[in-house]
Amino acid sequence: MSEGAAAAHDVLLVGGGAAGLRAAIAIAETNPSLSVAVVSKVYPMRSHTVSAEGGAAGVIAADDTLEAHAYDTVSGSDWLCDQDAVEAFVEEAPRELLQLEHWGCPWSRQPNGRIAVRAFGGMKNMRTWFAADKTGFHMLHTLFQTSLKYSDVTRYDEWFVARLLVDDGRVHGVVAIELRTGRIQAITAKSVVLCNGGSGKVFPFTTNANICTGDGMALAYRTGAPLKDMEFIQYHPTGLPFTGILITEAARAEGGWLLNKDGYRYLQDYDLGKPEPTPVLRSMELGPRDRLSQAFVHEVEKGRTIESPYGPIVHLDLRHLGEKLIETKLPMVRELCMQYERIDPVKELIPVRPVVHYMMGGVHTDINGATPIEGLFAAGETACVTINGANRLGSNSLPECLVFGARAGKAAAEYATSAPQPPSIVMHQVDEEVRRIDQLRSADRGTERIADIRESMQSTMEDSAGIFRSGDSLSKGVDQLADLQQRLGHVQLSDETTVFNTELVAALELENMLDIAETILQSALQREESRGAHQRTDFTTRDDERFLNHALVYRDSDGSARIERLPVTITRWPPGERIYGR
Amino acid sequence: MRVTRYDPDRDSAPTVATYEVPLRKDWAILDGLNYVKDHVDTSLSYRWSCRMGICGSCGMNVDGEPKLTCATFLSDYAPGPVKVEPLSNFPIVRDLIVDIDDFMEKLPRVKPWIVRDDVTVIDGEYIQTPEELAEYKQFSNCINCMLCYAACPIYGLEPDFIGPAAIALAERYDLDTRDRGQRERLDVLIEKEGVWGCTFVGECTRVCPKHVDPAGAIQRYKLKAAQENVMAFLLPRAAR
Repeated sequence: MSEGAAAAHDVLLVGGGAAGLRAAIAIAETNPSLSVAVVSKVYPMRSHTVSAEGGAAGVIAADDTLEAHAYDTVSGSDWLCDQDAVEAFVEEAPRELLQLEHWGCPWSRQPNGRIAVRAFGGMKNMRTWFAADKTGFHMLHTLFQTSLKYSDVTRYDEWFVARLLVDDGRVHGVVAIELRTGRIQAITAKSVVLCNGGSGKVFPFTTNANICTGDGMALAYRTGAPLKDMEFIQYHPTGLPFTGILITEAARAEGGWLLNKDGYRYLQDYDLGKPEPTPVLRSMELGPRDRLSQAFVHEVEKGRTIESPYGPIVHLDLRHLGEKLIETKLPMVRELCMQYERIDPVKELIPVRPVVHYMMGGVHTDINGATPIEGLFAAGETACVTINGANRLGSNSLPECLVFGARAGKAAAEYATSAPQPPSIVMHQVDEEVRRIDQLRSADRGTERIADIRESMQSTMEDSAGIFRSGDSLSKGVDQLADLQQRLGHVQLSDETTVFNTELVAALELENMLDIAETILQSALQREESRGAHQRTDFTTRDDERFLNHALVYRDSDGSARIERLPVTITRWPPGERIYGR
Repeated sequence: MRVTRYDPDRDSAPTVATYEVPLRKDWAILDGLNYVKDHVDTSLSYRWSCRMGICGSCGMNVDGEPKLTCATFLSDYAPGPVKVEPLSNFPIVRDLIVDIDDFMEKLPRVKPWIVRDDVTVIDGEYIQTPEELAEYKQFSNCINCMLCYAACPIYGLEPDFIGPAAIALAERYDLDTRDRGQRERLDVLIEKEGVWGCTFVGECTRVCPKHVDPAGAIQRYKLKAAQENVMAFLLPRAAR
């Protein structure tokens, strides 16, 4: 059933995590006359920002410089980032983190009451601000509670955005399902900012929450906006086996060691430096995530990992840190280990393995969050500006949400002040969407289960686009995905209820994920080199001549993925070698 | 697992459905529910997201006790059956999903943000020592999971009661050295649906999965409120 437009706003933010809420506050503060709304498929406090643990990087120490943070980020990205964006990012990050402090974020402190910073992977200086080991949780709740000050920000909690309203190359709002009632309605807007987070759930083993299904990326892709750098998937080196729950990099920053089955700190065999008793920046366990995850795979090949009921693992050793440090700096790590592994890291080794964690790729935007589609913006993990290139450094993503959330919010607001009213013709798209969704919901004579297709997709992605890929594995994956798209056409939904139909939502999310999965594989196939998190066994070296550029993937009218290339923006740091540990 | 089912389109009242799920050592109640949804009855509806006890989505009554189902393990209820019901004291929307609009409306009332009049933005951070941070830290750990509201017998009887989490969050800001909003929050909490509804049963603190002490927060607030009342009595014409 359709009831026309539920409401009209000037700016619509899709997603209520760090990026979306930061954008909302930015607009409410700078353009209070604009009508702003946040639409989220979950209550904002449930957004996946909440799970981030380790910290947020911003230059604050007297002996640190913006240039150093930029260089760490550029080299961390294996030179695939856009350096103008990185320069803007490192400059604005400290301001954003400070703003959050003024809004009440409980940053951990030095004894003198000033902000404390810690080391983090791939960073030459200590610049990672942290709130115990629940930084994302505290940032999200600070942003959410601060957003409550602005009673003019309208919220649509538990509304699932199914498509963008677009006419003549311009976005005019969204069509969304109000989950409580099942009503499908338009919310029109003069500009839309996609802040839906990442898409880790296309893989079987991920730190990501259930909600991370690439909705924003899929919405943009289907509307004709290109996705960028989709082949770059970050595996975080330390996730718990079975659940995939994240054990923060901070555990290594505070001094944790990675040990193989012989109790050996194996990272020393992989050009990451020599083991010292205390952490050395940009060395060993504080190397970049892509290199650490790759080292794990090599250890598996050498038979030096430990077999567990959930596959090969290595050990994270925190015992030498002592109970006091663990309780002060890593309390949630201890709790998670005791609850989910029934071990106490104070006395025992933590079983860990690499786990899909973050998508460097996403909706292509400029430095202000604008996509090539008029009226459409993106920020946070959904977007690819890019500051992360081929590999993201830990603790850059939380400030990324703030910096680009604020930028995209302001840019979207500016755009809205002179954008035309949405034309009434877009309401036809609402009817189309209602028909499509009603049809999907009453698909009770299909033969395929959502869970089966999803699991097949996930194992296809793991096999074809894992830490190491090959042309063969990727091509096979492309074929398998095509088959899964077919099977999705025969999906069976048994839940016909309109009220809170989570099966329908799962089907729509699966559609999104299959589209995203294809863009990942196609982009990976075309990148015939190894760089950062994209490692090809058939093209093992970095090839700046052919591939110092981004893959932009567009959806053609026949549904197939078309790749174009976009050069990387170099400002101050010509391509060099990534050196860690020496 | 004996799970509440309720489809408002079809049912006049909730019913209970029984499902068999594998008893795996590592499985939480949530894994059991996911097994049912993926393989047995795809229409079963419930909220979940992070599955690591930090997002607050998956609160339900397990054998009558409010729990985070992602952090509660099947093996603790073996061999079963284990009862899984929607959180008490909230209206049921569908199956295991409850309506938490009441909390979402109450939370902003206590002004859970830094209240400060200074217009000038200071250069750099407010100074806050680790000891000062420790004063309010535990109250800032609330994940808004609503287990405390489900456990609170007063909230069950008096739906106007502003409730444990909201008061704990008010206290979080009151105790934050950066905040200047104590008076404004007191004005809200001194009302009868504020702290005076609480009879110190203490169930809220007992069930909190993040070791927040809402009962403690409420009792401290009562002291503040009582002091306020006494002052108003002794100095009726003094500026408040």
